[in-house]
Amino acid sequence: MSRVLPYPVLTLALLLMWMLLTSFSPGQFLLGGVIAAAASCAMAALHPSKPRLRRWQVIPKLFGMVILDILQSNIAVASIILQGGRGRHRVSGFVAIPLDLRDSTGLAVLACIVTSTPGTAWVEYAHDTGVLLIHVLDLKDEEEWVTLIKNRYEALLMEIFE
Amino acid sequence: MITDILLWSVFVAQVMLVAAMGCNAYRLIRGPRAQDRVLCLDAMYVGAMLLVLTIGIRTGSQIYFEAALIISVLGFASSVALAKFLMRGEVIE
Amino acid sequence: MTHAADLPAWAALLTAFLVLVGAGLTLIGAIGTLRFGSFFERVHAPTLGTSWGTGAIALASIVCFSMLGSRPAVHEILIGVFVTITTPVTLMLLARAALYRDRTEGNANVPPQSLLRSSRGNVPQDRSSDDMR
Repeated sequence: MSRVLPYPVLTLALLLMWMLLTSFSPGQFLLGGVIAAAASCAMAALHPSKPRLRRWQVIPKLFGMVILDILQSNIAVASIILQGGRGRHRVSGFVAIPLDLRDSTGLAVLACIVTSTPGTAWVEYAHDTGVLLIHVLDLKDEEEWVTLIKNRYEALLMEIFE
Repeated sequence: MITDILLWSVFVAQVMLVAAMGCNAYRLIRGPRAQDRVLCLDAMYVGAMLLVLTIGIRTGSQIYFEAALIISVLGFASSVALAKFLMRGEVIE
Repeated sequence: MTHAADLPAWAALLTAFLVLVGAGLTLIGAIGTLRFGSFFERVHAPTLGTSWGTGAIALASIVCFSMLGSRPAVHEILIGVFVTITTPVTLMLLARAALYRDRTEGNANVPPQSLLRSSRGNVPQDRSSDDMR
């Protein structure tokens, strides 16, 4: 399996995308399968680091949690924008978070989660020390954000990828 | 009756999306710095993509979906190229 | 808009609601880019439109076309997935470019490079950023 199809997940995703874009018919399945297999063989020539999924059962839980969190912070940021200058004094600023997660795929997923959530933005990450710098729109308590990122997302990602 | 509600809400949504693109265009012109302009250009691409999607809902045609997909792909490529340009001053290093 | 008569009532109402929610979130995000004072605050504003703004309108399109074609049309998911994966990449690159430019100009509002070398440092707070325009 690994000799013929070096990246089974990538092949499957490409095939699914091909059939979503065209139609779900046997002919398109064959054509898309050939193209996806060729593309994943071409990908093998690039030698990207291969992510190991240790516990994929946790992924749906993480996915649902992230969608609900994004909805929640959408509402929070929308209310901040609509309030304008009125209301309480709001402070935005940078927070430095020391991360234990080292897997590059896990870090990429964490970056996507942090940046696509309104109210937090990934700014910089130092590979040697593992310190992450994020910008927070409504910064009340710095420690609160450190524990939020570490306990809520990093723990789950480490469970999945390490 | 229900048809009118759908028609009007899609119309209102289109007006809101055009207004959003107008806000982004204002910030694009005002600046103050290059990174603000690139950010608003990216937001305008997303606004245009959503506008095309609502036109698709309005007309019931599937063609607009592919147009929206192409707009989002082009928007991503151009924004990344501009961001790289801001970082080092040249696109290809 | 002749096809809308073919939609069942609940699907038409759901589509109308989702389209309005998505467009409203995008508009609020765009207003945010006008109101916020500094670049790093403005980075947060477009994510409203790219997360649930895009998600809601793509869902509306899925509901509408699934009911019209009487079979599930899920290819709008592609747009949702594509936008949620690509927007963070763009915003991250932009934030890093802005940080780099501010550092080379000696701007005091951004944290220095040495902050990432020590485990926890004093982060400069953006106190002046609350002046909304």
